[in-house]
Amino acid sequence: MKKKDKKGFFMWSKHGLWIAAMLIVIILPFFFRSGFSRSMLSQIGIAIIFALSYNMLLGQAGLLSFGHAVFYGLGGFFTIHILNTVSNGVITIPLELLPLAGGFGAVIVGLVFGWLSTERAGTPFALISLGIGELIAASSLMFPSFFGGEQGISGDRMTVFALTGIRFGKQITIYYLIAFWAFLSIVLMYLLTQTPLGRLANAVRDNPERASFIGYNPHWVRTLQYALAAFFAGIAGGLFAVNYEIVTAETVGFIPSGNVLMMTYIGGVGHFFGPILGAVLVTFMQLSLANMTHAWLIYFGLLFIGMVIWAPSGIAGIIMLHEPVWKAKLMKRLIPSYALAVFPALILFLGTVMFIEISYHLSLSVDPTAPMHLFGIHFRAQSLFPWGITVFLILIGFGLLQRAIKRVRQSWGEVNLIMKKESS
Amino acid sequence: MSLPAVKLTDVYKSFGKSRIINRVNLEINTGERHAVIGPNGAGKSTLFNLISGFYPVSSGRIELKGREITNLSSHQINRRGLSRSFQVTNIFPKMSVFENIRCALLWTTGYRYSFWHLCGRLKRLNEKAEELLEKISMTERRHVPAGLLAYAEQRALEIGVTIAGDADVILLDEPTAGMSRSETERAVSLIREVTESKTLIMVEHDMSVVFDLADRISVLVYGEIITTDSPDNIRNNTRVQEAYLGKESA
Repeated sequence: MKKKDKKGFFMWSKHGLWIAAMLIVIILPFFFRSGFSRSMLSQIGIAIIFALSYNMLLGQAGLLSFGHAVFYGLGGFFTIHILNTVSNGVITIPLELLPLAGGFGAVIVGLVFGWLSTERAGTPFALISLGIGELIAASSLMFPSFFGGEQGISGDRMTVFALTGIRFGKQITIYYLIAFWAFLSIVLMYLLTQTPLGRLANAVRDNPERASFIGYNPHWVRTLQYALAAFFAGIAGGLFAVNYEIVTAETVGFIPSGNVLMMTYIGGVGHFFGPILGAVLVTFMQLSLANMTHAWLIYFGLLFIGMVIWAPSGIAGIIMLHEPVWKAKLMKRLIPSYALAVFPALILFLGTVMFIEISYHLSLSVDPTAPMHLFGIHFRAQSLFPWGITVFLILIGFGLLQRAIKRVRQSWGEVNLIMKKESS
Repeated sequence: MSLPAVKLTDVYKSFGKSRIINRVNLEINTGERHAVIGPNGAGKSTLFNLISGFYPVSSGRIELKGREITNLSSHQINRRGLSRSFQVTNIFPKMSVFENIRCALLWTTGYRYSFWHLCGRLKRLNEKAEELLEKISMTERRHVPAGLLAYAEQRALEIGVTIAGDADVILLDEPTAGMSRSETERAVSLIREVTESKTLIMVEHDMSVVFDLADRISVLVYGEIITTDSPDNIRNNTRVQEAYLGKESA
């Protein structure tokens, strides 16, 4: 009996995180009931698969790709074409399995492009990936029968029979379909990191020379990893097709390619779960911020630049930095200094927001002379007073933040000292 | 008479106009411990890079156990049973010691490019990795990222990575460079142990190590092998003393 308890605990400690994640995914739509938030959740699910697949290249194999959306978009097109073929009664594939069409299509293209582009990592690879992106974007105009020209290819998922007998009409049903595939993809991509190929992708990333002297061809390791990343990007694209019932040439373009890079990077490439955080945050920002301000791209750009400069290991990196402190039960020594930093950070943030919004209003709004409103206050962008406040806030915020950061550094120093003493 | 483990015939190597390796002919017998010595810049590391496929030869022929390997790529030569270490430590710095060893075992254990096996579940693989860790006395350091090891430990790990694939021809490039006396002694006994019944070719500067380990010694000067002989004869060879030892003392 006792032994069994132990085993149960072991199961929980080992798989607890996965079980908890699954439960959260299942109950989320009960908290988010509006159509908007449910469609956002669906989009987040797709983005998570896409970002994790991108990290199979960037984080795990050290391949910086500027054209990963090629596989996302092509996966979408493969799926929508198969969906239409199924609608026409030519073949029978249940709707639930249609994303696989995107995955398998993408993996074949991925093997070809992977072989072509991964002889060397680093700059040659990055440039070739840019070329491949350009190539496919150009082809999308040349082959309208496949890419559908300007209006894209649309389909009707309701005409396809479903294995589970569910009518995939409402967003909530599609959400669960996406959640299922997302969960499965996350698990599989995680397990892939534990396989010989996954380990060797790391080895080739860190030291391709050594890898070839333990019997591996770095080119082939990269090619396989690339093709597998394409597979999951294709699954994400396939879910996109099923979700929106339309795929346009934009999905293979540079915007989603750049987007997935930024999501993954902001989330953090050094830890498996990093891109998940990035996908959630960035998708959320894109959808909700776009509703709040026209200047949202500027905020997004600032966030990205800020992360690259100050937190190159991403959100996941920041979190994991605190793991040893948490384990040593020393978080209480850091929190006061963090709390002190919140206030100046807010002031600086406010100043920046005012600066961006006023500038944006002056240069890009329909009628710059009309009074603008920010945080419920109406004022004229031309008057000096709001500019004065903006500059004041930025300067004060910046100055105070410098001091606060000093405090944070200090308490980190203390914490590191204590941990060092305890370990020795 | 069995086939030589490694045979070089009229091997040349030039970089641009400078000829680094000048008509080298060399036969390494199966099972012997062979040292290549020579002054700095003689081309010892280049010779290793040619044999292991890191550089292509300019002309000439290289055979491994009777099969031609001239200008094959490194991984192909490795798969035919030749493994090497580097002059500058060359391991996977971000991986743990255990991971380093396990990765080095994957190809010859037959898992190759598999993405359907989980490394953690491969019992035979993990047992082999444990054995090897034990052999290089690093069991207690198994979780440490290789990049954080002390220098001598990194060198030991590199020897472990080099022999993991069970190659029967081992090339070690200055395995004891930069080590203290006691570290060198430990390294020598490790090398002796792990190359038991294998063919060893080593470049080494430390003469006591060379005379201690080698069955035969080749002297490389300005890209040419001026003599190959037993340690005793090399010690008494006047040409060697002039070209090599004389130069060192100058």
